[in-house]
Amino acid sequence: MQKISLFFCLWCFGISQGQNTISGKITGENNGALEKCHIHIGSKSVNSDKNGYYSLQNIPNESVKVLITYIGYKSIDTTITVNGNNEIDFVMKTKKEELQEVVVKHKDNYYNLSIAEQKIKEKTIEKYSSQSLGNALKEVSGISILKSGSTVVKPIINGLHSSRVPIYTNNVKLEDQQWGMEHAPNFDVNAAGKITVIKGASGLQYGGDAIGGIVVIESYSVKNDTLFGKTIITTESNGRGGSISSSLHKGNFCDWSWNAQASLKYFGDRESPDYVLSNTGNREANFSGDLKYIGKKYDFTTFYSIYTAPIGILSAAHIGNVNDLYNSINNQIPSVTEDFTYSIQNSKQKIQHHLAKVNYNYYPKNGEKIALQYAFQFNNRQEFDLRTGVSDSKPALDLNLMTHTLNADYKKSFDAWDFKSGVMGSFQNNSANPNTGVRPLIPSYNKFDAGVYAITDYHFTKDFSIEVGLRYDFSTMEATKYYLKSRWNERNYSPEFDSFIVSDFGTQWLTKPTFTFHNLSASIGTQYSFGDDYNWFVNVSRAVRNPNPSEYFSDGLHHSSGMIELGDLRLAKEKSNKLNVTFQKKGNNFNISINPFLNYIEDYMYLTPIGFETTIRGAFPVWQYEQTNALLTGLDIETEWKWSDHWQHRLLVSYINGKDKTNDDAIIDMPPLNLNNQIKFQKKEWLDLILALQSEWVFRQTQFPDNNFTTNIIVNGELAPVVVDISSPPSSYHLLHFNSEVKLKTSKNTLATLGFNVFNILNTQYRDYLNRQRFYVDELGRNFQIQLKINY
Amino acid sequence: MKTMKYFKTSKFFLLTVITLTLASCSNDDSPVNEEEVITTVTTSLTGGGQVITLKSRDLDGDGPNAPVVTVSGNLTVNTTYLGETVFTNETVSPAEDITVEVEEEGVEHQIFYQFPVALGSIVYTDVDANGDPIGLSFTFTTSTSATTGSIVVTLRHLPNKSATGVASGDITNAGGATDAQVTFPIVIN
Repeated sequence: MQKISLFFCLWCFGISQGQNTISGKITGENNGALEKCHIHIGSKSVNSDKNGYYSLQNIPNESVKVLITYIGYKSIDTTITVNGNNEIDFVMKTKKEELQEVVVKHKDNYYNLSIAEQKIKEKTIEKYSSQSLGNALKEVSGISILKSGSTVVKPIINGLHSSRVPIYTNNVKLEDQQWGMEHAPNFDVNAAGKITVIKGASGLQYGGDAIGGIVVIESYSVKNDTLFGKTIITTESNGRGGSISSSLHKGNFCDWSWNAQASLKYFGDRESPDYVLSNTGNREANFSGDLKYIGKKYDFTTFYSIYTAPIGILSAAHIGNVNDLYNSINNQIPSVTEDFTYSIQNSKQKIQHHLAKVNYNYYPKNGEKIALQYAFQFNNRQEFDLRTGVSDSKPALDLNLMTHTLNADYKKSFDAWDFKSGVMGSFQNNSANPNTGVRPLIPSYNKFDAGVYAITDYHFTKDFSIEVGLRYDFSTMEATKYYLKSRWNERNYSPEFDSFIVSDFGTQWLTKPTFTFHNLSASIGTQYSFGDDYNWFVNVSRAVRNPNPSEYFSDGLHHSSGMIELGDLRLAKEKSNKLNVTFQKKGNNFNISINPFLNYIEDYMYLTPIGFETTIRGAFPVWQYEQTNALLTGLDIETEWKWSDHWQHRLLVSYINGKDKTNDDAIIDMPPLNLNNQIKFQKKEWLDLILALQSEWVFRQTQFPDNNFTTNIIVNGELAPVVVDISSPPSSYHLLHFNSEVKLKTSKNTLATLGFNVFNILNTQYRDYLNRQRFYVDELGRNFQIQLKINY
Repeated sequence: MKTMKYFKTSKFFLLTVITLTLASCSNDDSPVNEEEVITTVTTSLTGGGQVITLKSRDLDGDGPNAPVVTVSGNLTVNTTYLGETVFTNETVSPAEDITVEVEEEGVEHQIFYQFPVALGSIVYTDVDANGDPIGLSFTFTTSTSATTGSIVVTLRHLPNKSATGVASGDITNAGGATDAQVTFPIVIN
């Protein structure tokens, strides 16, 4: 990186004027003219015309640098000696990995050397412009999604989610109350330039608690000294809405550069094949921007982003008590369906997330980097409910989460060694607004974290390397929570936790639970390349995660899901020991990646139904956080097969088996086997036409614990005992999707891409095991999507 | 030189922000004043010279303790009772009467009474702004022969009052969400 920017700096400054004209033609390997190639000669730049021709004037009589770039092709970077007018033609070669939707790691830019990192590229991200980050991540094998309805979508990596899958945007850990299953990442997918997934806890520079994996999002950045932009407009039939996202990028080699991006989304009620999913509309308004100064030996960046979203919560999910739940499960008909509307009623969520950061990178010597970063995040979550006698505009839950993070990192490469080390400090304050008139599910708390890590790579040969990393984390948290004395007794907290009690408020205790942790995490692994195309990655990691506020303190009725959720102060740290092996072949026409893994998690925390409690509203199902020793084993396979110039096939297979070793049972909420096949046809000559048909086959989860319970419901005016089946997973399902696009040149400097997509072509009716609203409604029906992208 | 300057500026900025942070920690020193909580459902039946009170009280709200149900006496066969149901919040003192809000938002609420047909029959005697029943008052006529059973009293928020049978007291098609649901054991002799 530093080398390149240094070179460009020299280049910017060291040029004198001359009188020569350089012209020529740019072609691909098949002799086809390449239009819009970016050609840099000396201080001049131009784009090739539609026949591939270019011409640059006033080139001085001397040796000048030439840089030619074109998306999908290897850049040409060379030096020519100019002496008089010259005609030079260039032939550009295709990048091999451009064939792939998801590219596997580049050797020079990785987070962990011994893990086959999976990347999602800009082009794929753009497809999900009107949707969410979670949906885009499904493009990676081994990632499934946990949904609460159709708009709240969280990624699951190898069976694990929420606090186990931290998301890093621009090098900052997203602190957006990620503990909750119905809290989607507060991030606009349009702000992502590139997404990398590291399965398992091996990204120690980020943290030692990523038991599931890490999602690293980098925003788009340009290294050319150009100004360009992009606008994506998407409309969808299901939800009768759409989104618009625009971005502008000003790149530079050694001066100021900036990026700005904004997006809006607007959707009404979604529809299943048979009925309207009432109150499932959502909106989003987002902005992100940065300003960067690149000097000779340093760069300095300021960044700010805001995400705002009101999200409607399905009316039919607002059930009363266990009676209603039983009826929903057995009838498979939603309790509420109304006509389509754009308006969002209670229950709903209103979310705001701000992220501001400054960072400073200093490059003292070649191969050496010092990075300092401060980030501030503010997250406000308001949840509104249907309440009798209380204004609809008063939230039932109002949490303000504020996080400050400081990072200092050092990196050095010398001989066969790469060395990374750093320290991190973070302070977090959660404040639960007491004026909601409802006891908050998550209490106010202060938390302080500090971490230090060191990672070393040694490259024995260019084909064989080893990486070792170690990290220590300290964490202390003090919460302020009111417990109903009846709950305190039901949980049997006395006398063990009596020391937390601060004062007596009649029916409630005021408590200050305090917890301190010292955690050690580690990762060791190797990478071995053989032949031209083969790679082996082997990694063993140990990660430790502290219970989050939700796991400790949840206490009360979740109105929007009609369940009582109970945390437990006795929970211990969760410890993961993971073995991750990847075998990879990257050829011209066939790529394959096979990734078996084994994750033994001591004191695995999970939310499980334990029965019901009777209140004045009737009986409610009770879900409680419990711990067990879990063994997760699985296999992710991905193949890409190019049959001919026009046809290619892609397959993703994910299988996972979750075993509760303590109770010899299955683990709840594990993703079932799924197969994803895609056949793609592309023809450059026909306006870059792409046609793709995708088949998504999700099997029925056959391994699940039986948590069914018996309760009395009213049948013909009399109470009768029934079994509430909250355990059985829904049937398997198969969906077909269609994608297509063409590229149109609209003017000299603009390129339009028109896409037409259909999701769930056959309007299949189905329910998904990993959707928390599966008890109440079917999933989304057919959706037509038209997308227009303009690059300028 | 320039580098040093940047170092200094960023350091200054960091210090400012840290100072701001430490000054902004909040604390709340009283429990949340719970609103719209229903702790007690009381149905009184007046007729045949008796007043029978059916009460279900759950003072810890969504807490683990189950409601305490009391019934003041037995009903008499073949008698018409004037019935009235009230909802109160007894976590505050004096107790708050939630019935007023149910009545004010009558269009959005309905009270249902479910029991086996052998127990008797019920007729709503109140209406909301649209002329549909609310169910806070009603008449209950007991069976002609002695029997026992349960009455389930349910307060529904946002029911569909125009759905089949709902206006005459059948909860089957009512939809909406349950704000309160209690069960009273009944003896008729």
